[in-house]
Amino acid sequence: MHPKRKKRLLLVTLMVAAIGAAVTLLLNAFQENMLFFFAPAQVVAGEAPEGHPFRIGGMVVNGSVKRGDSLKVQFVLSDGGGSVPIEYEGILPDLFREGQGIVARGVLGADGTFVADEVLAKHDEEYMPPEVADALKKAGKGPYGADTVVGQ
Amino acid sequence: MIPEIGHFALVLALCVSFVSAVVPLWGSLSGRAAWVSLAQPSAQIQALLVAISYGCLTYSFLVHDFSVLYVANTSNTELPLIYRISGVWGAHEGSLLLWALTLSTWTFAVSVFSRGVPTVMLARVLSVMAFISVGFLLFVLLTSNPFERIFPVPLEGRDLNPLLQDFGLAIHPPMLYMGYVGFAVAFSFAIAALIGGRLDMAWARWMRPWTALAWAFLTIGIGLGSWWAYYELGWGGWWFWDPVENASLMPWIIGTALMHSLAASEKRGVFKAWTVLLAVFAFSLSLLGTFLVRSGVLTSVHAFASDPERGVFILGFLVATIGCSLLLYAWRAPRLTRSGSFSLVSRESGILLNNVLLVVLCATVLLGTLYPLVLDSLNLGKLSVGPPYFNTVLIPLGVPMAIAMGIGSVLRWKRDQLGRLVKTLAVIAICSLLAGAIVPWMMGGYYWGAVLGSALGAWVLLTTAHAVQLRFKNKGFSLAAARQVPASFWGMCLAHAGIGVFIIGVTLTSHYNVEKDLRMVPGEVFEVSGYRFEFRGVTEVAGPNYDASRGVVNVTYGDRQVAELHSEKRRYRVQTMPMTEAAIDPGLFRDLYVALGEPLGDSGAWAVRIYYKPFVRWIWLGCLMMGIGGFLTVMDRRYKLASQRVLRAEAARPNEEVTA
Repeated sequence: MHPKRKKRLLLVTLMVAAIGAAVTLLLNAFQENMLFFFAPAQVVAGEAPEGHPFRIGGMVVNGSVKRGDSLKVQFVLSDGGGSVPIEYEGILPDLFREGQGIVARGVLGADGTFVADEVLAKHDEEYMPPEVADALKKAGKGPYGADTVVGQ
Repeated sequence: MIPEIGHFALVLALCVSFVSAVVPLWGSLSGRAAWVSLAQPSAQIQALLVAISYGCLTYSFLVHDFSVLYVANTSNTELPLIYRISGVWGAHEGSLLLWALTLSTWTFAVSVFSRGVPTVMLARVLSVMAFISVGFLLFVLLTSNPFERIFPVPLEGRDLNPLLQDFGLAIHPPMLYMGYVGFAVAFSFAIAALIGGRLDMAWARWMRPWTALAWAFLTIGIGLGSWWAYYELGWGGWWFWDPVENASLMPWIIGTALMHSLAASEKRGVFKAWTVLLAVFAFSLSLLGTFLVRSGVLTSVHAFASDPERGVFILGFLVATIGCSLLLYAWRAPRLTRSGSFSLVSRESGILLNNVLLVVLCATVLLGTLYPLVLDSLNLGKLSVGPPYFNTVLIPLGVPMAIAMGIGSVLRWKRDQLGRLVKTLAVIAICSLLAGAIVPWMMGGYYWGAVLGSALGAWVLLTTAHAVQLRFKNKGFSLAAARQVPASFWGMCLAHAGIGVFIIGVTLTSHYNVEKDLRMVPGEVFEVSGYRFEFRGVTEVAGPNYDASRGVVNVTYGDRQVAELHSEKRRYRVQTMPMTEAAIDPGLFRDLYVALGEPLGDSGAWAVRIYYKPFVRWIWLGCLMMGIGGFLTVMDRRYKLASQRVLRAEAARPNEEVTA
């Protein structure tokens, strides 16, 4: 073979191998780190996996936030179609409050309590996470439909 | 009256940029010199008009003209002056106007500082930029007019989002936009070259300083954003792999690839078609970023209220831009390339490897960012891709990149012998491994990631130092000799060293930081790495437009007083939004970070976050070094000389062929 072609072939082979390895790694990492989102109604209906992390989003039910003398806090998340008790230990974000749409990440326990390791509330108080807005809309909660909340 | 002038100036700017887009380009294709000569003045007039419009909006902010809806929504009489100026880009409409202003600033700069570029080429570049400008001005005027009035006029504005009332965030968007939009210049040069059918080394030389400038701004902009997130969001993270962050990172990655392939195109005339393609991608990704942020398709800490109609507009614009450029590329590029030859062991190969890795990296980020969106829009379920994905992928891609970077910067162009380098590189490798062994020991704990990261950081720093040493091998180091070395070489070294510093910062912060959420009563003490944090209780204070609970934490190290940290929980009066203001004692080797949570029970106890973050400053120090490296490259004398030489050549040959 022509030495120049040989060199090119070598380069191309190296590149294909590198890209192949990268793609394999990537898809692997991808699969392991996908987090599905479920609405409380879906969780109540048993659609969410137990013991595997996922994200849940909804409104914090008024009067449901219980906080004692420690960093443990409990509250109930609802989308109108169902409600799920949430447990979290740590400092909640600034915009967390009752009646606010939030998203939590964690694991569903056997007793139906969702143990969160991260709670996110959004920076704009008018802003509703689209997932939450959607979930509320599906559950037929008029006032929190996506259009009314997201617009300026 | 003033807002109407602003609005009118914007409409005029649209008309002028339409002329500027069509006429010079048409003239360049049909050989009409008069039409071509319209390019510079029209670009400058358009820039002036956009600046007037922007000035009018700023004026409305300064005088609290709440009859303008946008001002009423984002300002307030109590808002301090600096945030009234930065409030102009504090929400959607104004930030798009800033986008347009940035684009016209770049256009203006190109029209003034490109005297070396042949008239026809320059006219085409300015035309392409004007096309982009038409798109964005239309976007502003049709979907997001910042000058809209309201009636009745409210007495008081709704105030700027408290998170944006911060110096770091005040300058973050302009910097980021200078970078984002700056890639429009590289893009326009690429398209103009495709139109003109001229893709040579001179072209690469014209394009390179502009690209370096945009890249430097983007680097600093991203660094600032990360720094802001660290101290302002109150939970001490510096990168969240949030889609909006990714949206700014992707153009940066491709821009980095572009910088390298441009260097090869300029010096050796290789990879030219690839360079064009990268320029197209860098700008397309900037547009994609704008689309992601402004369309509301993202769930993100940055996704402020937005509107789907706007998303459709940008998406259309994005598709048109990418589609047209790729069509033009497919049509023109095959006829333009003439590949130079280089040996397997050469700097060109190093750059090729760098480019492949960077493109793969960008593709992985793109996948992680877009896949959830695609799935959602197809109604296949909602999911998100967490930070572990990005971290897992980054390591196997970043490690070979860092190793190759060290070798690449000491390789010669065209052909080199590995034998020449093996000895020194082996010594450097051993030193790096030693660093990998010693640094984790000093930090007090072995993790394989920490060993790897410290070794790589040391490798990058040492090989960069070696590159400097090689440069002075024959001359001996002196100030005069250092001046002889082109600025772009110093730029490269500084940027590479910045990467090394960045790697060390990231590695040590992520492995040795301590983060604690605590319940503390006044007088309680918490100790970490020798630092004693004593909680002294909470007092109430009042700020200009907020009230705050201020928690006082005193820090001592042994007998030495280190700092008294005042972290605040602010309640902004107008937006009634609580905000945590973290208190940080910064240091080159460690940050102490305290953030106040909420009161717990009736005993006077509060939730308090206490973080110990070693080497976290190195992350931004690295970004700063990279940015300054980029700026240094622009200052290279070569670019000035080159433009003078071209000027002379052009003067000698006045009848430049005008048609393609």
